[in-house]
Amino acid sequence: MTLLTTDTKSAPRARDKTPDRRGKVRLREHVMGWLFVGPFGIVFLALLIAPLAYALYLSLFQKKLIGGTSFVLFDNYVKAFTDPSFLSGSWFVIRFSLVSIPLQIIVALAMALILDTVTSLFTRFSRLMIFLPYAIPTVIGAVMWGFLYSKSFGPLTDLFGLFGATPPDFLSGNLIFYGLVNVVTWQWAGYYMIILYAALQGIDPALYEAARMDGAGRWQIALRIKIPLIAPALLLILVFSLIGTLQFFNEPQILRSLAAGTIGPDFTPNMYAYQQAFALANFNYGSAISFALGGIVFVGVYAFLFLTRKRRTFL
Amino acid sequence: MNNKRLLTAAAVLAAATTLAACSSGGGGGGGGTASGGGGGASNCTNTIPKKNLPTVTMWGWYPNMQLVVDNFNKQNAEVQVCWTNVGQGSDEYDKFQTAISAGTGAPDVIMIEMDRIPTFQIQKALVDIKKFGFDAVKADYGPGAWKDVSIGDAVYGVPVDGGPMAMIYRKDIFDKYDIKPPKTWAEYEQAAQKMKDAGGPQFGDFAANVSALTMALQIQKGASPFTYDPAQQSTIGIKLNDQASKDVLDYWGNLAKKGLVGTQDQFTPEYISGVINGKYATYISAAWAPGYLTGAGVGKGEDTGKFAVAPLPQWDPANPVQVNWGGSAFSVTSQAKNPELAAKVAYGLYADKESLTDGWTNQIIFPLNLKALNDPEFINLKVAFFGGQQANKEVYVPAASAYKGMTYSPFGQYYFDAMTKQVSAIIDGSVTGAQAADKLQEDVAAYAKEQGFTVQ
Repeated sequence: MTLLTTDTKSAPRARDKTPDRRGKVRLREHVMGWLFVGPFGIVFLALLIAPLAYALYLSLFQKKLIGGTSFVLFDNYVKAFTDPSFLSGSWFVIRFSLVSIPLQIIVALAMALILDTVTSLFTRFSRLMIFLPYAIPTVIGAVMWGFLYSKSFGPLTDLFGLFGATPPDFLSGNLIFYGLVNVVTWQWAGYYMIILYAALQGIDPALYEAARMDGAGRWQIALRIKIPLIAPALLLILVFSLIGTLQFFNEPQILRSLAAGTIGPDFTPNMYAYQQAFALANFNYGSAISFALGGIVFVGVYAFLFLTRKRRTFL
Repeated sequence: MNNKRLLTAAAVLAAATTLAACSSGGGGGGGGTASGGGGGASNCTNTIPKKNLPTVTMWGWYPNMQLVVDNFNKQNAEVQVCWTNVGQGSDEYDKFQTAISAGTGAPDVIMIEMDRIPTFQIQKALVDIKKFGFDAVKADYGPGAWKDVSIGDAVYGVPVDGGPMAMIYRKDIFDKYDIKPPKTWAEYEQAAQKMKDAGGPQFGDFAANVSALTMALQIQKGASPFTYDPAQQSTIGIKLNDQASKDVLDYWGNLAKKGLVGTQDQFTPEYISGVINGKYATYISAAWAPGYLTGAGVGKGEDTGKFAVAPLPQWDPANPVQVNWGGSAFSVTSQAKNPELAAKVAYGLYADKESLTDGWTNQIIFPLNLKALNDPEFINLKVAFFGGQQANKEVYVPAASAYKGMTYSPFGQYYFDAMTKQVSAIIDGSVTGAQAADKLQEDVAAYAKEQGFTVQ
């Protein structure tokens, strides 16, 4: 209502004085800008900033079964960074990132390069098949792998049985790490492949033509032209996968009930936060863990972006 | 002109969004009261037959809950139950816990396992229902059942089913290896060794995820993990590393180490399939276990008569001790709008003959209501799952009547999680049972102190 009145009033006067008119136009553009941002802004504030602020607020308190709630400032954070459960969980996701992310990206890159080079009837079909695991919800994917790994139902027992050997138990304490690496790679490599493939498709074919005229082979084209040109896409999926892996939750949470005792409630920091908040009713400490994890993710991603920014390209 | 129209459109849109946001907030609550006819009774799983009566909301997960609720609603002229199944065990507790923390969203009446009552009571989430008609039903349940739902003089639930423990075993496998059901834990170990030497399957299972079972087995040997005076709730006695507790953990740890028993988590497809395929010769569990197995298709068709049940092995056969695993009650929550009406539901639900009979004939519950417990039909029932064995008369009823009740901790979830961690460590061989008990004591005592308790 108010906006409209200002608008009609300003209209006749604006015709007389040019400087004033310019100011009004600028104001109008200002208001228009905010109105365009408005719908997003409201959702952003209500669904992201407000819950974050509330969680931060919660994390500064401590609630005890006996004695009630008290303000403790950063005590929960001090506790988190000295809590063996949180530290070992964080160390696990960091190790997991170091192994699983390079693996996923190498697989995705190799498949994208192959699909980009080979043109046959099967290209489209293969692309779909490689992408398919991503279309399966993570929960269902994890349950499925749980059964594949199972000693009673899984095919591994039969396969190894043919040679009279015992199959590796990917749900046991020693091998659960690799069992999870496999599940995550299976699920995400196809998705990253599509991103890289799309980036490859965006390269001007004239460049290949020119390279070939200069005597470059297929390998040289791939390594010297294609990969450097899709470096921004590689950077993007690296950041995606880093954030996703540090917040690891779904797969271990689902496999917990299938992997006898090898996955505890504090297996990853996110699972630990979930257990604290929803099983032990300790929302304060759960929030503190979430924020501490957020801090680790931020530091990790920032450090990574800083390192890659200097060289401009990925390789 | 064009600009102006856009501006108007944007302003109208903004106003509309705000209005919509307001109406959805207010409308949700209004719709809820309008459709249910009672407080918050908008989305019941059951249909309420007498719509003019006040309603009480309830969460529960018994497999025959629908029938039980319908029976109650049909027979009651004062109040109607609006039932929702929000999940079994910890799924429900997590939701209840969240509702307690939020201060809103809990039902009026809730089904909880008896070992969780102190956990919720200490958060003042449950109502003492003694003044709401306890005397009228007091005689319907034994003293052990009442002890499990009481804290001091206050009563925080109405018992429904219990979990007297016994040893379920594979009759066919026992016969094949010529083994008699062991009467003591020493005999149990000898039988397990004999079966292994003869190339038989594993004798039982030592699982990390069934802390309540491990605790019951420790109590059988004389442990009393928690002691506290309800009048002085801030002081608690924690004794998780006494000799009895250590002995029981060492006993099972050694069986696992020697490969006599498996170490599979229970209630998993892996474990159930193991039980079905005869991978385990015995299954130490409670009276509700057969119902759980029949649900998975065990004991029917080709399997008929393969299972039998014997009393739980003892440490000292001269002084047998019976223990309990699980069993649930109906409690009234402190968020109930009308606690008196809610208590009527808690007392009356699953207490009518029709519901109880359905429960025990289908082996969904081992009833604690004496009307069913003393019913000759119940006592003499030839249980199909056990090949016609009179399991109630021979095993479960004596076990239930000898059960004396126990004291549970007010931080059950934490204690059970910590126990799971330690049992996992015993299984992977990094600690002995005795060391695990010491670590558990340290862990749980530290948690209790952190939560503001004085630990004795």
